[in-house]
Amino acid sequence: MKAFRILLRSINDGLRSIFRNFSLSTASILCSTITLILVAVAMVLSANVDNFTKKIEDDMTIVVFLDSKATSEEVEIIRNKIDNIANVDEDETIYKTKAEVKMEMQNESAIFNTVMGDWDEETNPLKDTFQLKVKDIEQINETAKEIENIDKVSTVRYGEGLVEKMVGAFKWIERIAYGAVLALILVTIFLIINTIKLTIFSRQREISIMRLVGASNFVIKTPFIIEGMFLGLIGSIIPVLVVLFGYTTLYDMTHGYLFSPIIQLIKPTPFIYYTSAILVVIAMIVGMIGSARAARKYLKV
Amino acid sequence: MKFIKIEDCYKVYKNGVTATAGLNLEIAKGEFVFIIGATGCGKSTLIKMLYREEKPTKGKVIVGGIDVAKLRNSKVYKLRRKLGIVFQDFKLLPKLTVYDNVAFPLNSMGAKKSEVKARVVKALELVGLKEKIRSYPNELSAGMQQRVCIARAMVNGPKLLICDEPTGNLDPETSKEIMNVLDGINKELGTTIVMVTHDKDIVNRMKKRVVLLENGVLVSDELKGKYKAHESI
Ligand SMILES: Nc1ncnc2c1ncn2[C@@H]1O[C@H](COP(=O)(O)OP(=O)(O)OP(=O)(O)O)[C@@H](O)[C@H]1O
Ligand SMILES: [Mg+2]
Repeated sequence: MKAFRILLRSINDGLRSIFRNFSLSTASILCSTITLILVAVAMVLSANVDNFTKKIEDDMTIVVFLDSKATSEEVEIIRNKIDNIANVDEDETIYKTKAEVKMEMQNESAIFNTVMGDWDEETNPLKDTFQLKVKDIEQINETAKEIENIDKVSTVRYGEGLVEKMVGAFKWIERIAYGAVLALILVTIFLIINTIKLTIFSRQREISIMRLVGASNFVIKTPFIIEGMFLGLIGSIIPVLVVLFGYTTLYDMTHGYLFSPIIQLIKPTPFIYYTSAILVVIAMIVGMIGSARAARKYLKV
Repeated sequence: MKFIKIEDCYKVYKNGVTATAGLNLEIAKGEFVFIIGATGCGKSTLIKMLYREEKPTKGKVIVGGIDVAKLRNSKVYKLRRKLGIVFQDFKLLPKLTVYDNVAFPLNSMGAKKSEVKARVVKALELVGLKEKIRSYPNELSAGMQQRVCIARAMVNGPKLLICDEPTGNLDPETSKEIMNVLDGINKELGTTIVMVTHDKDIVNRMKKRVVLLENGVLVSDELKGKYKAHESI
């Protein structure tokens, strides 16, 4: 009950203080708004990049054609060699004999079915294959080359070259975005420290009297922490709106994919709600870190 | 055991100034003690150690069972809640009403609203300022402001009231009124009062215990004492 009353008072004090130092409060709120918009963009971007690279990686298969003269022992050796390549996902490697490949193709299309209908084991021109998946799609080129160097492997084929280049580029964009966000968060913390510092200075007299009349450190510190939290919170309003409405609009306008249907966007619900919640939490934490630092430095409690 | 016990207390400030040098002093519950002495002799330093604004460099300062030297910064408020402090410059908050100024200590402890009200009214009655409850400090005379300050110091019902030249800014007539308030508090509530003063008339008229400091040491300590200045040495 007592702690609750102190908290209520602190919230009251903290909010009043935001209006009292209006210009500086506005500056730090604006800064956190900009930061958080960028954080939001980075979050949306990286979640989407993550989402469709996973999808692409799932779809992207290397097909290894084996020499038709390879014996079953040799096939086993090749399989071991392939699975020993670090970037190959061993659990996904599938071996298919030419008969199986033929059947699969026949099932897929009626034309294939008639053409291939009278091929038998001897006349079947198809080859035994390994189908495999890689762990890191950016390394797919190197992995393909490595496989090609294995004995009795004729050709290696994998998906479109453009896609994996794009994935690589997006991953770089993601990294740069993270770096920028980190820098901006630091700037915001710095601005909040300064805002709170000013509040502390403007209330020095009150604080010293509070000390003299027996206010505990908790009571003295809490209003400033809450002020910082509110600065962050107010700063997160516009970014949250940007996520809620901006992403939905983007999704509707692009019909859910970018450039090509391979690059699918994440569905807005519940994605935008998670993202907004994370933004609000980040905003409050950034505000509290800033104010806690200022309180520790300038309150000497 | 005495309420205040100061044993072989040294205070050396960071700049090397020795403010008290081997001070010994005991004060019982309910006493009214004047601390006098020339400027710079260490009076304020002595009482600052009582409310742990300063820590003794060496020796013991015990107030109401609390060892001031061992008190951690984060626990100072526990000591402060047991005592009231009155300053020469009042230290009131100009933006708060008399009521809110007096309520300030209780509010910052998270006291209940109804309890705050009852106590504030009682404290203002004690200093005879109940009718000014809605005024702001700058609407009051200096003597009234000092009474608000005393009310604030007493609102928590402390056993000890520390005053550093409470009449220093007041004319003789107003000083007399303030002394009457303090004497009343001491007599009626049994509150221990330690008061630093330069006011010869007050000391001589009140006939209380008088402690004289000189260069940070106690040079005389008399019950029902008179004001002594440098000529006595
Ligand atoms: N915070 C401080 N830092 C350094 N020296 C100090 C500090 N406070 C007081 N002093 C020095 O300690 C000595 C005692 O000071 P103190 O304030 O206790 O004197 P006082 O007896 O209260 O004087 P006055 O009657 O003028 O108020 C003085 O020489 C003063 O300059
Ligand atoms: Mg002094």
